[in-house]
Amino acid sequence: MSKEILIIDDSPSVRRMVAMTLQQEGFEVTQAEDGAQGLETAKSKRFDMVITDQNMPNMTGIEFIQAYRNDPSSSGVPIIFLSTESEGNLKDQARSAGALGWIMKPFEQAKLLAVVNKVVG
Amino acid sequence: MIDAETQEIFRQETEALIESLQDALLALNKTPDDAELVTQVFRDLHTLKGTGAMFGYARLAEFIHDFEAAFEAVRSGNATVTPDLIAVSLKAYDLIVALLEGEEPPVERDAELKSALAAVTAGDAPAAASIDAPEPDVAEDGEVEAWILTFKLPPDFMEIGGNPIAMLDELIEIGGADTKVRALTDGLPALADLNPAEMHTGWEVILPGGASESDIMDVFMFHEDQMELSLKPVRKEKPAVQQDLREEELQPGAQQQEAEKKAAASDRKGGTAKVQMRVSAERLDDIMDRVGELVIAEARLTDLASKLGNSDLMEVVENIQRLALGLRDTTMAIRLTPVSSITGRFQRLAHDLAGKTGKDFDFVIEGEETELDKTVIEKLSDPLVHILRNAVDHGLEDSDTRIAAGKPARGTVTLSARYSGADVLISVKDDGKGLDPDFIRGRAIDRGLIGEDAVLSRSEIFALLMEPGFSTAEQITDLSGRGVGTDVVKSTVEGLRGSVEIESELGAGSTFTLRLPLTLAIIEGLLLQVGDERFTVPLAAVGGIVEQPEELKKGSEPTTVIELREELISILRLREIFECDGPTNEHPKVVLVETGGTQVGLAVDRIIGSYQTVIKQLSPMHSRLNVFSGATILGDGDVALIVDVAQLVRSQGLDNQNKEQAA
Repeated sequence: MSKEILIIDDSPSVRRMVAMTLQQEGFEVTQAEDGAQGLETAKSKRFDMVITDQNMPNMTGIEFIQAYRNDPSSSGVPIIFLSTESEGNLKDQARSAGALGWIMKPFEQAKLLAVVNKVVG
Repeated sequence: MIDAETQEIFRQETEALIESLQDALLALNKTPDDAELVTQVFRDLHTLKGTGAMFGYARLAEFIHDFEAAFEAVRSGNATVTPDLIAVSLKAYDLIVALLEGEEPPVERDAELKSALAAVTAGDAPAAASIDAPEPDVAEDGEVEAWILTFKLPPDFMEIGGNPIAMLDELIEIGGADTKVRALTDGLPALADLNPAEMHTGWEVILPGGASESDIMDVFMFHEDQMELSLKPVRKEKPAVQQDLREEELQPGAQQQEAEKKAAASDRKGGTAKVQMRVSAERLDDIMDRVGELVIAEARLTDLASKLGNSDLMEVVENIQRLALGLRDTTMAIRLTPVSSITGRFQRLAHDLAGKTGKDFDFVIEGEETELDKTVIEKLSDPLVHILRNAVDHGLEDSDTRIAAGKPARGTVTLSARYSGADVLISVKDDGKGLDPDFIRGRAIDRGLIGEDAVLSRSEIFALLMEPGFSTAEQITDLSGRGVGTDVVKSTVEGLRGSVEIESELGAGSTFTLRLPLTLAIIEGLLLQVGDERFTVPLAAVGGIVEQPEELKKGSEPTTVIELREELISILRLREIFECDGPTNEHPKVVLVETGGTQVGLAVDRIIGSYQTVIKQLSPMHSRLNVFSGATILGDGDVALIVDVAQLVRSQGLDNQNKEQAA
């Protein structure tokens, strides 16, 4: 059974690129456009992994992680935090909110795959 | 690996981003203290960097990193927005655009701009400092005999979805069969205190020296900060297992990997070029021609079907009608582009001109949303650049002169686009010193363009500016002397079936207006009957239809003026002007059309109705018949001429009359 991954990002090109890269590797990908939509989707079923951007309208990535981790269903679901922010404290915030890890944009497809395979592979 | 659609989404996204970036930079030049704009610039750069790198624009991302740092310095209060910063930023912006477009500007340019950015945000700003740690030196790796890695994961590692076993597997994969793993259990709490969901075990892993340090660290890419981690190399000097053979085995492998990476990178590059979806204008023309033929055939079909009166047939015909219309609209929409697609470069030009001339002025753009055929817009760019340069260079005075003349010290140059009937007007207006008709006249006589006793109207005199040979070396400055000449402006615009109108008042400013037809191959027309003949006028130009007043029915001079709706309106009697024969109508009409900012009335016998008008160019033999912009084939196979109202008005000498009235 193929693994299901949720990608939350407001940039259509990033979202599409992530989705496409993962689909090519046989993952099933669900997309959400912002934190709020992502939260709703993440709670609706159990994903094998969630990837979220930071800077989004409605709900930021960190806010999403906090809200999602408050829900017991999130236990054991790895969250990867995606951000262009180079500030270290955001990474730390994401980590203490309950992210397993992060990918700093810019990243290449190979890097994304490496992380995803590392986390759910 | 990245498909065409993703690439296209990326292209659209970056296009919007660089536009937003340029707008913010230019706005920042006016209001340097606007923190929101700084954040805007920063955010745009951020996103550009992020997405750019993902789509293989490594150099771009690397450059933006420093660009961004400069604005981070501003954002954090370590630097301020200065004209210098904006100037350098705009150059940096240019580089970004070039890189995005796949050009390969000299690499030194990046460094030059980076240090310029660092210089203008100098102080304690970390502008040029690279945040990225340098890559470990490959040469050094060879000397390492083995790696000793010890680590202890954070307690909540599994709760947040981490998998320690997968990590160990990965390390074994990196190190190969010789990797040794040992669990460190001294951190384990007493059984009574143990929470089975938490991590307390540590590990020691010994990997062969051939493993790359960055590969090993990558395993912990997220957790370095939250965990205990140490990675120590065991150097060759120390007595250790001989690994020479192993290294030799590994080296070619590594090289091969490197080569594969490069190949993949160049593949990606090739891919970028391939997926750019560009359709040649010729093909679009081709489609447009066919759609035109379809519309004509459809009109003919409608005509025949209505004669047969078969309702089943009519149903099909109506369906075809709808489809043909939809196809026409889609085809035309493909070709339409808003003027805003080229205004960005004018913003930029205005900024550069202000810098070069030292003249202080506001550059205002109005009506950017006005749409024009894409090929027309592209061809307009050069003429507009020239006119804009002229407006700033020759039109605007310097601040002192302006103040002395009682004008605001800061000039204004306005670029505006708007629809006027079936035309689009694009004008560049300045509030500078204006044109001196006497001076122009004198110069034209000197250059032999007109005779000494020539009688010319004001607009004819201004039109001399665009005659080849009028401009002279004396006038050429660094700014306006380059690029196209004013005569080329005229020929370019006329090539697009447009015209250039110049208005100016000495001391108050000048306006150059480019009048362009929408140049769509198919227009919505209003079909008119005059005697036995039928004519079409663009429906967009029609402002209204009224019954002919009694006084108008009596006369027979080609043009007259009547009072209509409490306004004096020039009337053109098409029957007389086009010398049409045939019966008149009991209830003749006046079609009010707008042209050149004024309304005129066309006296006709009958309004037939709106009509899909497929414009067929008249043959070169008829090119002197400029009162017709073309012809169209009607459903019954007859031909109707399309009236170019502006030219018609001009041919009857009404345009000057109107202007005199207005003056």
